[in-house]
Amino acid sequence: MNIHEYQGKTLLRENNVAVLEGVHCTTVEQALSAYDSLGSKVVAVKSQIHAGGRGKGTLYHPETREHVMDGGVKIAFSREEVESYATNILGNILVTIQTGDEGKLVSNLYIEAGCDIAHEYYLALLVDRDNKSVLIMASTEGGMDIEDVAHNTPELIHKVVVDPNAGLLGFQKRDLGMSLGLSGAALKSFGKMLTNMYTMFVREDCVMVEINPLVRTGADEMVALDSKISFDENAEFRHKNWDDLRDLSEEEDVEIRAKETGLSYVKLDGNIGCLVNGAGLAMATMDVIKLYGGEPANFLDVGGGANEEQVKTAFSIILEDPNVKGILVNIFGGIMRCDIIARGVIAATEALSLEVPLVVRLAGTNVDEGKAILAASTLNIHPADDLAEGAQKIVALIGGDE
Amino acid sequence: MSIWIEEDAKVLVQGITGKQGMFHADKMVEYGTNIVGGCTPGKGGQTVELQGKPFPVWHSMSEAIEATDADATVIYVPPPFAAEAIMEAADAFDTIKGEGVVVCITEGIPTLDMVKAVAYVENRPGVRLIGPNCPGIITPGEKGGAKIGIMPGHIHAKGRIGIVSKSGTLTYEAVAQTMSIDEGQSTCIGIGGDPVNGTGFIDCLAAFEADPQTEAIIMIGEIGGNAEQEAAAWAAGNVTKPIVGFVAGATAPPGKRMGHAGAIISGGKGTAEEKFEAFRAAGIACAMDPSELGKVLLESLKAAGLR
Repeated sequence: MNIHEYQGKTLLRENNVAVLEGVHCTTVEQALSAYDSLGSKVVAVKSQIHAGGRGKGTLYHPETREHVMDGGVKIAFSREEVESYATNILGNILVTIQTGDEGKLVSNLYIEAGCDIAHEYYLALLVDRDNKSVLIMASTEGGMDIEDVAHNTPELIHKVVVDPNAGLLGFQKRDLGMSLGLSGAALKSFGKMLTNMYTMFVREDCVMVEINPLVRTGADEMVALDSKISFDENAEFRHKNWDDLRDLSEEEDVEIRAKETGLSYVKLDGNIGCLVNGAGLAMATMDVIKLYGGEPANFLDVGGGANEEQVKTAFSIILEDPNVKGILVNIFGGIMRCDIIARGVIAATEALSLEVPLVVRLAGTNVDEGKAILAASTLNIHPADDLAEGAQKIVALIGGDE
Repeated sequence: MSIWIEEDAKVLVQGITGKQGMFHADKMVEYGTNIVGGCTPGKGGQTVELQGKPFPVWHSMSEAIEATDADATVIYVPPPFAAEAIMEAADAFDTIKGEGVVVCITEGIPTLDMVKAVAYVENRPGVRLIGPNCPGIITPGEKGGAKIGIMPGHIHAKGRIGIVSKSGTLTYEAVAQTMSIDEGQSTCIGIGGDPVNGTGFIDCLAAFEADPQTEAIIMIGEIGGNAEQEAAAWAAGNVTKPIVGFVAGATAPPGKRMGHAGAIISGGKGTAEEKFEAFRAAGIACAMDPSELGKVLLESLKAAGLR
């Protein structure tokens, strides 16, 4: 789960990590009074969306798609500029390298005081699979795309791995700080920041905290100029405040509804809907559809113990996508019994008066009963014995429409 | 032989009095697994009926292991308490026997809880953790066998193919594929798709290589991370038995979580293409479609003079 920069900065401030003064706004009027209250001549006017590359993004009108302004993060040198930038940003669509062409509607703005920057760095904390621990990564190449830095100049990225038993140790903070060329007050400020950030990372169940850029001020203080924070969804049960931080407008409505019914759904661009049990098999089903010349319309995992109702919900979610021209059901029954799935499929097709071709592949527990139930129905359901046959059949069945 | 779990291994169930734990414990007994009891804190002294027979429940894992000399435990404890259950089992096995296998089925354990639990288990070298968020491990026997987890037992048969996979239902698919060419399995392991887990691919490959019953291996990966690439590179130098591979997620878009917490491509790293490439470079025979695993396995067995 991602949160906005302004929310991340509040969290950092609460954890004694230095950030600049800033105000969250949703209207131009609020932006202007924020400018007045900050008392800083120069401020940054920052679009708040869950995607990187905001500074280099482009704003468009939401309906006409007319070009409004280049740059989703602007430095304003006067009240008039704040007004003009805020007007150009709020209510418009920001397209960045990470949003895709459709972009994201900007409804939130962050007005932040300016600061005296001596140097920009990169800093990130994340859970590293290889080391099975928290990894802290830093670089002198702040403000840049870190993947480019990692690719072109890997020697400029410095890492320390935190031992979960020992915690973050003094020498690790010194080593990392010195590898950035820090000394004196700046090194001390960096060490304090790391301690506070690591404590926050663990307490708040983060999976990533990225500060790009982290800056050293003229007074040798280390300040987080940006913040990108993601939480571990698995830990939601012990963080009641996440509900308030979650921006539902940033998530696909249908994906939220799927999650509420215990389904895992991700919309894709193709035209063959898939209904599968298990994440790995669901991905494999998409792959095989593509292998035989089709395009999957979605990823949908009904989980290990789906009932008739969930199967029905799954069908209705798949059919909401107007691109869907056919559906492939692929179930390998373990705990889930094929006869129950077969009944669910029949109930769903009847209730939703399904018009697109449907191919059903069943295997595993009670497969013979499941197949018999499908065969006995008068509905137009095409059976398949394995995944390849199922994919080939559905691709052939929708072929005429293409 | 088999790996880590013998056909008659003595198995405990943590969370045996819960709905999930009791349901799956019953299925395991039905399959023929040698379940010796279970553990639920606060319910020690009670019994649980599985397949019409009573099984004892203990308060703690140390009591349960002292009483039964169990070889393994399987965890069906809910996510908030699962990491602690892993550590309790690891500590009890380490203290009492110096060894033991801990299989954690639970899905949705907080990642930082697993960071702590994995470090805890790694400090006890005789203890092996499988999972979490996995179907478990099964060693099919002549009659029954040891099914430790949630996989459908009846699709398996004893044989010479070792299977290791990140995904649950794809493991079943692989099992069915071996059966389609009249081959059974030595041991099948689902290592789970979470970013931080216990036993990895290399552990499994090493054990299969050392196991006389296993003559060929199926390895199934998923997008995300680079465990598959590392395993392939390791296998190239260390595994003499034929390996057949598949990787799920070639069509998954970057940055999207595909059900498994781990199945996510970040910044062009961990793509299926990259993993297939690593497999091929290591001499692993790849199936581009899981329904072809049987066919590719048969070709590999023939090429190795095993059919």
